[in-house]
Amino acid sequence: MSEPFPAPAVPAAAFRAGPMPRTPVGAAQWVRAAEALGAGAATLASLWASAGEVHMALHDPGQGGVLILSLAVPEGRFPSVARHHPPAQRLERAMADLHGVVAQGAEDVRPWLDHGRWGLRHPLGAREEAGPLPPYPFLPVAGESLHEVPVGPVHAGIIEPGHFRFTAQGETLVRLEARLGYVHKGVDRLMAGASLARGAELAGRVSGDSAVACAWAFAQAAEAALSLTLPPRALALRLVMAELERLANHLGDVGAICNDASFAMMQAHCSVLRERVLRAAAAAFGHRMMRDRIVPGGVAGDLSPAGAAELRALLETVVTRLPPLVRLYDETASLQDRTVGAGTLAPALALRFGAGGFVGRASGRDVDVRRDLAYPPYDVLPPAVPVRTDGDVNARVWIRIREIEASLGLLRLALDRLPPGPVRADLPAPAGAAEGLGLVEGFRGDILVWLALAADGRIARCHLRDPSWFQWPLLEAAAEGNIIADFPLCNKSFNCSYSGHDL
Amino acid sequence: MELILGLLVQGGQMLVVLLLAPGLVGLVRKVRARLTRRRGAPVLQPYRDLLRLMKKEVVLAENASWMFRVAPYTIFAATWVAAALVPTFALGLQFSWTADLIAIVALLGSARFFLALAGMDVGTAFGGIGASREVMIGAFAEPAMLLTVFTLALVAGSTQLSVVAAFMASPAVGLRVSLGMALVALVIVAIAENARIPVDNPATHLELTMVHEAMVLEYSGRHLAMIEIAAALKLLLYVALIACVFFPWGMAAAGSGVLAHLLGLAAFLLKLAAGGVLLATFETAIAKMRVFRVPDFLGAALMLGLLGTLLLFVSRSL
Repeated sequence: MSEPFPAPAVPAAAFRAGPMPRTPVGAAQWVRAAEALGAGAATLASLWASAGEVHMALHDPGQGGVLILSLAVPEGRFPSVARHHPPAQRLERAMADLHGVVAQGAEDVRPWLDHGRWGLRHPLGAREEAGPLPPYPFLPVAGESLHEVPVGPVHAGIIEPGHFRFTAQGETLVRLEARLGYVHKGVDRLMAGASLARGAELAGRVSGDSAVACAWAFAQAAEAALSLTLPPRALALRLVMAELERLANHLGDVGAICNDASFAMMQAHCSVLRERVLRAAAAAFGHRMMRDRIVPGGVAGDLSPAGAAELRALLETVVTRLPPLVRLYDETASLQDRTVGAGTLAPALALRFGAGGFVGRASGRDVDVRRDLAYPPYDVLPPAVPVRTDGDVNARVWIRIREIEASLGLLRLALDRLPPGPVRADLPAPAGAAEGLGLVEGFRGDILVWLALAADGRIARCHLRDPSWFQWPLLEAAAEGNIIADFPLCNKSFNCSYSGHDL
Repeated sequence: MELILGLLVQGGQMLVVLLLAPGLVGLVRKVRARLTRRRGAPVLQPYRDLLRLMKKEVVLAENASWMFRVAPYTIFAATWVAAALVPTFALGLQFSWTADLIAIVALLGSARFFLALAGMDVGTAFGGIGASREVMIGAFAEPAMLLTVFTLALVAGSTQLSVVAAFMASPAVGLRVSLGMALVALVIVAIAENARIPVDNPATHLELTMVHEAMVLEYSGRHLAMIEIAAALKLLLYVALIACVFFPWGMAAAGSGVLAHLLGLAAFLLKLAAGGVLLATFETAIAKMRVFRVPDFLGAALMLGLLGTLLLFVSRSL
């Protein structure tokens, strides 16, 4: 990544195998990078702060590398990135809440994760006692015959909390503003000073449906920091778990989207299949969601031949039962009438926000970390990456269906080629402080973990960025202009994580 | 003597509809559950729910007016009277001499009016959304219903349901295109009026998509029980109406004996069960339509009713 960026991107092969270098920059270079981001020269992968520094991770899909820029902020102020590149906005607001670092020149300086209920301010920076905050000001909307509909944070269904403020003109949605942060758990704070084993547990609990992907990203960062090479069987088992997780979530999502159009039959069938996947996962790996199965250094337990047989039987079941369901989805006119053309996300926006997963791929963003920043074992088992450009709810359903099919293929190959050997490598003794980067494709998209290890091997700072950070704002854009009754459908087709975002 | 029998039948009818209505709702839910591979709640669950709601305390919004408290009883009363006017197991209902099909439409219309007002009374956003959608649906459903009534009245020569049913059961009716159109129109209106899929989803938890449920979100306790039983009565009313007009077999004629009435009751139970199963099957097989497609859907009913009426006029003048 040359001009206007101050250094070339670190290729995937390099940061997958060893510590991730950072490029220290001055304020002027920082601003130039932010401007270049705004001009579309690269994708913002994340933005975070650590003690006395702010960091910007850039990703250039074309060149297959990642670049981390670091700016020292001795006075707790840095030039705003969001001013030039809006996707950074919420990340900057979260940094201000957690660390107290101020983005200078930012237009939106409202708190984001801090709802004034922590009893203190800046929990990761200079902690200070604090009382409640003034009421959160939503963005003003002006116009003829507009009305506001507040929804949440507690919803009628069994879902996570989040507040949505709709402004509607009759049935048409004029503006949607989301407010998140209700499930902030202080993961960053818990990570600081924790052992690697504890960190892996925490990462696996960031977002329940992505337990495998988050834990893998964390383990990857730790292994890169320690320059540890894993036995092939451990990597293959990680792939099996990650694809099972993708399979379960996509099956659940396809059913849930149809259910939000009141087509309960699809959900009934999809739920059965999802349940089969979870039970097979429990039989093969000992936990339905495969939580705590991926640990730094490998995986927690081996896959027995009986477990492998269970998984093969599962693949058979899904392969035979899926096509009739896909036909049912495709041939139910009343359902198609709801999903086609609803919640369209413009490809330009998906590209600008670097939307990962099905959200990006349904809107023409042909990026998959498994292929573009390949990590083993995907380097020898590359996934098929479906892409569409229509960007509506229907497109996101189809991307999921195609990814289910791709996962089934990958799983079969991985099970057939399962290498023998150990499933865990011993972690080397820490040789001083080190930093590593983990980038894993979860079912929602790319999960980034940046990990700084202290000299004693404990975690100094861990930053985990869920794909939802860049998808929530897009949901607001996609919902605009739709009728208000279609919002649940759009929302379910995005299926962003509250927990992973609020951290 | 005849008056006493008539009153007895009428009283029995009012009791029967009240007792069977929650069961019909329970049946529809059960069949839907079985069709989507769930076990489902027992058919008797709606009765238990009603009892539970009656015992619970009422939580009222601070700014609720008297309207909000009165509406559930008004809605229940209007719907119950309307349901009492549709012959279910016996013809010759005492009330049917004072109130006909048009009165039923008017009674249901006033129940809708109060429900929409109550939805807006507390001033929550969902209540307003629900009320506006309900009124939009009503604006299309009521004319369609009236046109269907005209078709039937022209065929049978009366708007009184007992007379219509007796005529439809007689061989004089023959095979008429207009009646087929009226049946389709009436089914469409019934689906829309009862907030069923594809117009509304009674099982949804998504407030933004609700119509009927959005209006009653703020109700609790005995108020909610009244609303729920009224909704169940309305569903039974429409099933009974379709059964009475288009499938009038097995109904006890006016002034017949006890056995005929018992047979009529058995036939009615069968018709209700068939209606419930058909409704549940239909609901499982389709998705809900976009809110703005509902006028198209009801417009079809309106046009069918209109065509049916016109066809009758044309064929009569020839």
